[in-house]
Amino acid sequence: MKTLYEHPKSLFTQANRFCPGCSHATVTKLIGEVIDELGIESKIINVLAIGCAGLHGECLNVDVFPALHGRAPAAATGIKRVRPDSIVYAYQGDGDLASIGLCETIHTANRGERFTTIFINNAIYGMTGGQMAPTTLIGQKSTTSPNGRDAETAGSPLKMCELISQLDAPQYVARFAVNNVPNILKTKAGIKKAFEIQMYNNGYAFVEILSACPTGLGMSPSAAINFVEQKMMPVYPLGVFKEPKGDEK
Amino acid sequence: MDRALMKGCEAIAESAVRAGCRFYSGYPITPQNEIPEYFARRMPQVGGIFIQGESEIASANMVIGAGMAGARAMTSSSGPGISLKSEALSSMAAVGVPAVICNAMRGGPGTGSITHAQSDYLQATKASGHGGFQMIVLAPSTVQEAADLTYMAFDLADRDRNPVLLLIDGLIAAVTEPVNLPDFREVDINAKEWAVRGRGNGPRKLCSHGDPSEAAIERQNLRMAAMIDTWQKDIMVEKYLVEDAETIIAAYGTSARICHGVVDELRARGQKIGMIRPITVNPFPYEAFESLNHDLVRHILVVEMTVPAQMVYDVKLGVCGRIPISTYGRSGGMLVKHQEIIEKVEQLNREVAE
Amino acid sequence: MVNIVIHQEKCKGCLFCVSACKKGVLIPGTSPNKKGYHYIKAEKPENCIGCKMCSIICPDAAIELFKEDD
Repeated sequence: MKTLYEHPKSLFTQANRFCPGCSHATVTKLIGEVIDELGIESKIINVLAIGCAGLHGECLNVDVFPALHGRAPAAATGIKRVRPDSIVYAYQGDGDLASIGLCETIHTANRGERFTTIFINNAIYGMTGGQMAPTTLIGQKSTTSPNGRDAETAGSPLKMCELISQLDAPQYVARFAVNNVPNILKTKAGIKKAFEIQMYNNGYAFVEILSACPTGLGMSPSAAINFVEQKMMPVYPLGVFKEPKGDEK
Repeated sequence: MDRALMKGCEAIAESAVRAGCRFYSGYPITPQNEIPEYFARRMPQVGGIFIQGESEIASANMVIGAGMAGARAMTSSSGPGISLKSEALSSMAAVGVPAVICNAMRGGPGTGSITHAQSDYLQATKASGHGGFQMIVLAPSTVQEAADLTYMAFDLADRDRNPVLLLIDGLIAAVTEPVNLPDFREVDINAKEWAVRGRGNGPRKLCSHGDPSEAAIERQNLRMAAMIDTWQKDIMVEKYLVEDAETIIAAYGTSARICHGVVDELRARGQKIGMIRPITVNPFPYEAFESLNHDLVRHILVVEMTVPAQMVYDVKLGVCGRIPISTYGRSGGMLVKHQEIIEKVEQLNREVAE
Repeated sequence: MVNIVIHQEKCKGCLFCVSACKKGVLIPGTSPNKKGYHYIKAEKPENCIGCKMCSIICPDAAIELFKEDD
């Protein structure tokens, strides 16, 4: 019997606690697959964020440290500096990474800390119930922007890959989406590359993933995927913003 | 043992290095800048890590990461910066991160003054952050004591998996005194079996209250309360000429330095006066006050560099109303004055005589 | 013949797999699992060509595929 697809070994078999259609679950599964393929389950440390990202820590059979809201980059810095041989990744949502933790995010990237950031951008606060995120789109309604986000008073969506890629130190900055099969496969390749850069190039890698939050958006899973494709992608173009020199493909 | 002439900040940093501290992260803030500056020079010499964090918050969270990874780690700040670190302190207590934090206290709320004050006593001893945790708080009054207590602080932090606070002010931070430095200690970061390092072939380490249920948090609170009970054995207090004293001064840190001179001068004049100096301000040496003979002691003067007074609440808890208590304090970064304390004692003597 | 293993307790009924399957193998289910989600059903497993689209798009790793030796 030939295995076409089997459950990632580093992913626990019990059901996760993400909502139906939540892209956190998709990305968590992909990280599990990448950990298996790279054979790094014994030396990987996951630094968790506050919010739905925190549920990610229940899913994978790896060491986990839950950081304070927005502080995953700082905690990951401390862990990686003390344990340079481990493989560390911070797993953060948009509120954590781009709002309360923006300072840590930028400075960590600017120091070129030798770990990997996985950034789930779903343009909404999920755990707290659908409030406006720093990445919420102009005109997008949320529980704290009931008439739609107004740039005059709430600013414009923060484009993190564009920001981070301006810095000198980061080795790899890329934005993916998990809206369809081809993009899921590209996302997985990007996560794998980010971990490999940590393992071999010893540099900072930042992977943003456009994600669907059906519950936070008040949509069906398929409508939330359509939102990612039709509304988010024009504002947040997919692509590799920065990669190591001599490695441009 | 090496002997050196050092500033308080430098002695604290060197003592930390000798205690095996190999990770320091901090953000510049007066009056403790000599601590990060010393570590910036010193850490590369011992294979340690120095990071100037982008903020107090980031620095404290880097220390959380380093402590959780098994290293002896430290940060330091002053008043407003400690307030910024308070969430991280609460997290250290919740998650069980051993770390040493130094607060060089400022005068007054807000930005405050940068010289010498004791305005953060209640914050340090009762509530350095949300959620009802406590730390052992060590309050040196000399550079030697600052070095010794820093060295001890790392052991206490590791023993309890809890943060330990070193409470100083701008005077202890800046004053230069001879100091006997402790011996170098080697610390194995792999000795802490709970430290994150990758799970290897074993079960994964969650390093948190993986169970966020009310019952689990209550169990955690009960564990913390039991730990705090064990701190009775850690109480340190200096009782200076208290046996026959009719007047007791209560003071710690820099105030106690000055009160030492007051007691000596008044003793030379024949007055029966002594001083109780808490060295651990948490756990507080209540017993030193409970055991005072209220037939002999006519009054207690609490001397603090903060207005309104703060340590006086703990003194009252120890005295339980048996002896009159007064306060003398200066604030805003002003030193308590030797002569003013003497005048206050003499005024109290007159009032008691009447 | 492809052996389609659907982990009923992991499925949340998001139906991404039903949309992704071009051979009409999978259909929305009618039975709820312990969490109350209507887990999907392999209605026509004989049509499966083992393209893995369903497994890849499933957020919850609820579909495993094994190709049985012919």
